[in-house]
Amino acid sequence: MNLIIDTGCANLSSVKFALERLGAKVIVSADKQQILSADKVFLPGVGTASEAMNNLRQRGLIEVVKAVESPLLGICLGMQMLCEYSIEGGAKVAEKPVPCLGLIPGTVAPLTPQVSQRLPHMGWNQVKASAGNPLFKGIEEQHYFYFVHSYALAVGESTIAECDYGQHFSAAVNYKNFYGVQFHPERSGQAGAKLLQNFLDL
Amino acid sequence: MLAKRIIPCLDVKDGKVVKGVQFRNHEIMGDIVPLAQRYAQEGADELVFYDITASSDQRVVDKSWVSRVAEVIDIPFCVAGGIKTLEDANRTLQHGADKVSINSPALADPSLVTRLADKFGVQCIVVGIDSYFDVKTGQYHVKQFTGDEARTLTTQWQTLDWVKEVQERGAGEIVLNVMNQDGVRQGYDLEQLSLVRSAANVPLIASGGAGTMQHFADAFKISDVDGALAASVFHKSIIDIQELKQFLRQQEVAIRL
Repeated sequence: MNLIIDTGCANLSSVKFALERLGAKVIVSADKQQILSADKVFLPGVGTASEAMNNLRQRGLIEVVKAVESPLLGICLGMQMLCEYSIEGGAKVAEKPVPCLGLIPGTVAPLTPQVSQRLPHMGWNQVKASAGNPLFKGIEEQHYFYFVHSYALAVGESTIAECDYGQHFSAAVNYKNFYGVQFHPERSGQAGAKLLQNFLDL
Repeated sequence: MLAKRIIPCLDVKDGKVVKGVQFRNHEIMGDIVPLAQRYAQEGADELVFYDITASSDQRVVDKSWVSRVAEVIDIPFCVAGGIKTLEDANRTLQHGADKVSINSPALADPSLVTRLADKFGVQCIVVGIDSYFDVKTGQYHVKQFTGDEARTLTTQWQTLDWVKEVQERGAGEIVLNVMNQDGVRQGYDLEQLSLVRSAANVPLIASGGAGTMQHFADAFKISDVDGALAASVFHKSIIDIQELKQFLRQQEVAIRL
């Protein structure tokens, strides 16, 4: 069974629809037992890190997500929530870092683009995946994926794909059974569909 | 490299895609879902749906079609029209829209932009601006309620001031509709776009006036916009999206093929 964690954040449905287009069965749930027994778990997110972490806390899901042993894919804000901290607090940078799930090393920080570059980083950008990770199997080098974010995780040991927007940042990460993508595979055309299929096939 | 975006715009009225000339005389172009699907397959980078009557008729945009679009489309799309509250925005995003765009309600209550950005993040809050060049004063003014000619108002805002205001309040993207150019296919207003570009540090989308492939190239190369939105040239198959993208790439515009 594939499961999308019902975080209360908007945009769960577009991830659900993308999986259904692949013929996958998927449920949306905030139930602890269902989450822990799912074969594949998705943690989507739009919004702000502080808001999303509050939603998880109110639903008593923080320890549940940490206890997931199946492959879990965080998407966009969902990936950022897997990290240790984020300094996103809405329209402005948060006064102090928001503690996140701590499953992927690193702190999510604002992108610092060059003068001619705009924020948010919005649109289709090229992704360079490191060789061998099954998530990018069969996806050509420098393929375009759809991004929309102002905060990012720097490149680190968990990085399995990079993107360049004024600086290199983590487009995808993997640590143990936890995977994350900063872009939106559900909105990235055929390459995005391939990546989701690769995750389902893990 | 971040690609410049080609964005077909589908004006929606009573569940159908329509297109008017200079915001009037709407003719029905077809059903929403098949048109959206066609554009996604042809290589559109994103889609925008405007319910052009919603704000002026005091009603909330009918959201059932948003889910129907989200089910079949694998590229991002933005919904505009009648989003006046956090609840309206939430419902639209829950149905599967990636972004919401607000226009007249932001003019009525600018704090709406801030509240939306705080709740959903700046990345999904787009502000649409209908800008009109007044030949008499030589200035760009922001118009409100442009969906209904009888109710259209010229606001107190000059376009550049409003751009700065919404950006300060948390707009994550600005769509600049140049009303003088809309639907007449004489080219984007490059002068105004360049002016707004210099004041905006969020993505800027050009809207209104596209008639030829060169118009798109000009908007990207001269005014450095992040995306170009157009309706009739795509609906009427005057420009083919794939051909346009090949053309832009030959002109060394960063484009996703």
